[in-house]
Amino acid sequence: MKATDTKDPEYFHKVVDCQYACPAHTPVPEYIRLIAAGRYTDAYMVNWESNVFPGILGRTCDRPCEPACRRGRIEEEAVAICRLKRVAADNKDDVKHLLPTVPAEGNGKRVALIGAGPASLTVARDLAPLGYQIDLYDDQPVGGGFMRSQIPAFRLPPEVLNEEVDFILDMGIRQHFQSYVSSLKSVLQQGYNAVFIGTGAPRGSDLDIPGRAECDASIHVGIDWLASVAFDHIEKIGKRVLVLGGGNTAMDCCRTARRVGGENVKVVVRSEFSRMKASAWEIEDAAAEDIPIINNHVPKEFVHEDGVLKGMRFTVVDVVYDADGNRELIPTGEEVFFEADDVIIAIGQDNAFPWIERNIGIEFGKWDMPLVDKTTFQSTLKKVFFGGDAAFGPENIITAVAHGHQAAISIDLFLKGERVENRLAPGVTLVSQKMGVHEWSYDSEVSNDDRYPVPHVSKEKALRDRKLEVELGFDIEVAYQEAERCLNCDVQTVFTTSKCIECDACVDICPTDCINFITNDAEPALRQSLRRPAKRQDQDLYVSKTLPQTKRVMVKDEDVCLHCGLCAERCPTGAWDMQRFFYSVTKAGSSCKQSSPSMTSS
Amino acid sequence: MTFVKPAFRHPDAPLNELGRSRQDYEGGLSTLCAGCGHDSVSAAIIDACFELNIEPHKVAKLSGIGCSSKTPAYFLSGSHSFNSVHGRMPSVATGANLANRDLIYIGISGDGDTASIGLGQFAHVVRRNLNMTYIVENNGCYGLTKGQDSATMDTGSPNKKGDINMYSPIDLARLAIEIGATFVGRSFSGDKQQLIPLIKAAISHRGFALLDVVSPCVTFNNHSESTKSYEYMRGANTDMPVDFVPMRQEITATYDSGATCEVCMHDGSVVRLYKQDNDYDIEDRQSALEATNHYAKEGKILTGLLYIQRDSEELHDVLGTARRPLNSMTEQQLCPGPRFLDSINAGLR
Repeated sequence: MKATDTKDPEYFHKVVDCQYACPAHTPVPEYIRLIAAGRYTDAYMVNWESNVFPGILGRTCDRPCEPACRRGRIEEEAVAICRLKRVAADNKDDVKHLLPTVPAEGNGKRVALIGAGPASLTVARDLAPLGYQIDLYDDQPVGGGFMRSQIPAFRLPPEVLNEEVDFILDMGIRQHFQSYVSSLKSVLQQGYNAVFIGTGAPRGSDLDIPGRAECDASIHVGIDWLASVAFDHIEKIGKRVLVLGGGNTAMDCCRTARRVGGENVKVVVRSEFSRMKASAWEIEDAAAEDIPIINNHVPKEFVHEDGVLKGMRFTVVDVVYDADGNRELIPTGEEVFFEADDVIIAIGQDNAFPWIERNIGIEFGKWDMPLVDKTTFQSTLKKVFFGGDAAFGPENIITAVAHGHQAAISIDLFLKGERVENRLAPGVTLVSQKMGVHEWSYDSEVSNDDRYPVPHVSKEKALRDRKLEVELGFDIEVAYQEAERCLNCDVQTVFTTSKCIECDACVDICPTDCINFITNDAEPALRQSLRRPAKRQDQDLYVSKTLPQTKRVMVKDEDVCLHCGLCAERCPTGAWDMQRFFYSVTKAGSSCKQSSPSMTSS
Repeated sequence: MTFVKPAFRHPDAPLNELGRSRQDYEGGLSTLCAGCGHDSVSAAIIDACFELNIEPHKVAKLSGIGCSSKTPAYFLSGSHSFNSVHGRMPSVATGANLANRDLIYIGISGDGDTASIGLGQFAHVVRRNLNMTYIVENNGCYGLTKGQDSATMDTGSPNKKGDINMYSPIDLARLAIEIGATFVGRSFSGDKQQLIPLIKAAISHRGFALLDVVSPCVTFNNHSESTKSYEYMRGANTDMPVDFVPMRQEITATYDSGATCEVCMHDGSVVRLYKQDNDYDIEDRQSALEATNHYAKEGKILTGLLYIQRDSEELHDVLGTARRPLNSMTEQQLCPGPRFLDSINAGLR
């Protein structure tokens, strides 16, 4: 194998599994260290810079970081990254003075944002401080988009949502709430220099089976029903409720139903349990509220008497996968009837752009989705940009934020007359953490603790009050313990070939046998010949240049490195060093011009 | 200050036949200088005992004084241990072995502990053929007292300050062969591929097994002119690779017959060697002395299993001691009373 090019910012970035997995690349270990140090405001601002909604995401994020967490590869469970983020938000001081200021004098350019969800708000956050005039349109009376209408208050209290939405709205954003945009053409005619579309995926899928029309009054589309509850249009539901679907919306529907009158609430899912789309923790929370999940049941018909819903009939199926992994649902012949007063359909949601004229230059492709560039988020009409669920279909908040940042960069470049493809590399620093013998500026000791559970309010209390937040969040002591579980994967093991005397001290001390000195070979052979064969192909091998004494190479499997620093501790020559790697995604308006990735090493 | 070895290990780390992990054979975290060769020897002992499926409590580790003699704290924390007086580890080992012949004895010493203050004890434990593995971690200097030349420092090798050693070195391996050792190996801490099988073979050998392991002192004797440095050893080392095939394991691989030789140990295990030349007979003392001498003259250091005598009488055989360890006998057996004393005394009149 060729020697690893650690000057490529993506190499060490990939070692920070959580940050790499995060769509917005939030520097997770950095803020977890700040939380451990009790610097909650600083931890909050590191988050806010990157993901805009730390308080909201600390409660509702899909957490792509946690399955990626290295901790989950060396023991049972990942660090509770998401809940630590909430600790930063819950314990921060006033941050208003730390937020970017909007210049008194604008730059004269006007940008319209359609939809007031996380993607648009991120664009506003990035562009307003640069002097752009931002006009924000939404059909709801307040900002937040799906974060407000789809996430029940018992998971996300309105005050948390309002605070973080207002941070942005207070940047002099011109707000046009309760104004449904029915024509993009008319928006464009108002002379905006650019338009960003962040309207989400607003249409809930329906289920066209017998009885649907007759029972319409008792059948609800999940996302619409959740919005109606959120805005207090609906306050009650029948005692017996069936929720159809296995995603997070279904989980929110069933738990909301339990709070507005549903006593016997069941979730019925077509597929098997292991393939459900809902996050494991949301399924757990539903189960804790006495909601059974019934799998392998395909809806057959709504059963009614004179238009009054009585229940639903389902076909029981076996789930079979063919050699290519395609799923097939094979009826077992058995049919099941469940009684119900109401049914909530939460089987997916779609994009819909009835308000975008098809003759104004925006091309649409498959599934009637606009053609949007994956990097620049620009549509085929150069001044129109898309982001969030509106760009490529339903994802999640953190993805919408990531889109928003990138779209903001594009809009800024576009309005400066530069090429939108000409994007800056990420900012990177790499700094030694050595302070003395056995002294590192990070807490290198590895905690052996199991993941700490987040306390919940009692079920009785929670079910009585629809708006009472169920999760209580970590207190400061537990947050410290949980933060200590973080392995500091951003403190990188950096190897300098020319300093190595091949004494094997690092090999001998490494608790997880990551380090090898062997004869170089092609990657597959090298992976096999390590002391512990490197099976996880998505984890890189760190390969040194050829060593002077034995002509071997140092090969480190990054997979289960604990970043404990013992290799550097036991290295007599400093060939190993622990260096903190900071990777920040470049934001709109960054003026640092350079063509190659920046990397400062000390 | 955080200097703690984490409890986590590689999730794929194997278990041995006893169901133990390598972690069960580890010791405390080393306090030796970073990069010390002794830590590699400790790691090799851990690997050897893990792979030989030895119960840690069946091992007694003994040492004298010096950097090397601290190392028993850094491996096999589940074993018996005795850190004795300077140069006196052989007597303690002899006493322990006579009292309990069922344990595996691993003595750790250094060039100071063995070749200077302990040379007398060393010579006698060799000639008595005590059943033990005696490892000398040889770095040519007194690391614990700021790096003065030791008795194994080669003539002409400069110390860190640049002063040339004027005295003749003691070659412990050659000395041991001369005075009747039944297993003599030489190795290098930086070559675990050779060192681990050698330790396994030494432990499996019935009788006295000496391993003279060049183990560089990074702090005082690792300059490029030193003959005990990593760099010098990497250039001068003429190694005879060693394989250790434990008893019960089928020997499947075939090698060039030319320079290969297989030695069957008393327990049925096999040591396979790849010799530097065909004329070298490792079961012949004279041949071993000639070979080591020959390479030494060329400025090379011959490493590997240098000499082995397969069937020898160890100390218990010579003394005709009881088959069982003393701790398994009753008081009646150990102190049979005045009648037996009288009969013994009568036999001496």
